[in-house]
Amino acid sequence: MPPPEHVHWLFASGFLALGLFLLAEAVVGREVWRKRRWRAYLWPSTMFLMGLGMWPVMAFFTSSTLHMLAHGAWAEVMMLAGAAELGLASGKLRSPLWRLAIVLAFVVTGAALLVHEQNDWFFQRSAFLHHLLGWTFLVAAVFPLGRALRPRSAVFASGFALAFVAVAVMLYSDRDVAPVFGHLSPMAGEPHR
Amino acid sequence: MTQIATEAPRETYSRRSARAYVLSALGPVTVVAGIVWALLQPYRLTFLHPRDQGFWWLLVEPQLLVMLVGALFHFLVVPSLLEDLNEFDEEEP
Repeated sequence: MPPPEHVHWLFASGFLALGLFLLAEAVVGREVWRKRRWRAYLWPSTMFLMGLGMWPVMAFFTSSTLHMLAHGAWAEVMMLAGAAELGLASGKLRSPLWRLAIVLAFVVTGAALLVHEQNDWFFQRSAFLHHLLGWTFLVAAVFPLGRALRPRSAVFASGFALAFVAVAVMLYSDRDVAPVFGHLSPMAGEPHR
Repeated sequence: MTQIATEAPRETYSRRSARAYVLSALGPVTVVAGIVWALLQPYRLTFLHPRDQGFWWLLVEPQLLVMLVGALFHFLVVPSLLEDLNEFDEEEP
């Protein structure tokens, strides 16, 4: 089993890829991005697969019930958002309301991050990052919401993409036991190095 | 009138070039970010000191993952997207 920090780094790579796909779409515009069918499916299928990959994390990293519930919730909302966007890209789903699935994913992810972190901000780095990630997801939910209401807005499209890049940076910064801005609770354990 | 007629295409051309330029830069900027991170925190690259490291520590190297994502994006996604962007720009009146 990989240590939890490695799992975070692997998921960070998925979020970075999502960020790059969405940034590219924001730069060239939706019309050019969708000129090839496979590209329209690219970020929704990545999101769906990441949701699928969250299930083994839920099943094997059973340090607490809250952890399991949080990872299960992320798996569900990521798969739902990915599937909804896939349905919209293929034309099988027509209602623009399906775009709100990704907003739901942001809100549920943010709330689950905040609820399942039981230590305070400066307990250690992973606690700090859980709080920061939680609030980032909740605040950044405005971007997918704006994107759903105004699909051609470059501001919302870019903000949506950059939110994933920011999440990737935070996840890459994660360590299992490490100080944050010089703070490390003696109860957190020994840092690796 | 003559000035307006000659200025408009120049403006359009520069906007389009900027889009292609930004698109081409996304992957390389990501790779450079990974390289800079590796230089700042070489101790997180465990393959540089592999002794006594376990399987996962040798497989999952965060800086290399950043570089890999940037490179894959640049070589697999960007070329066809640039092609389509150029085609779209030529089609536009």
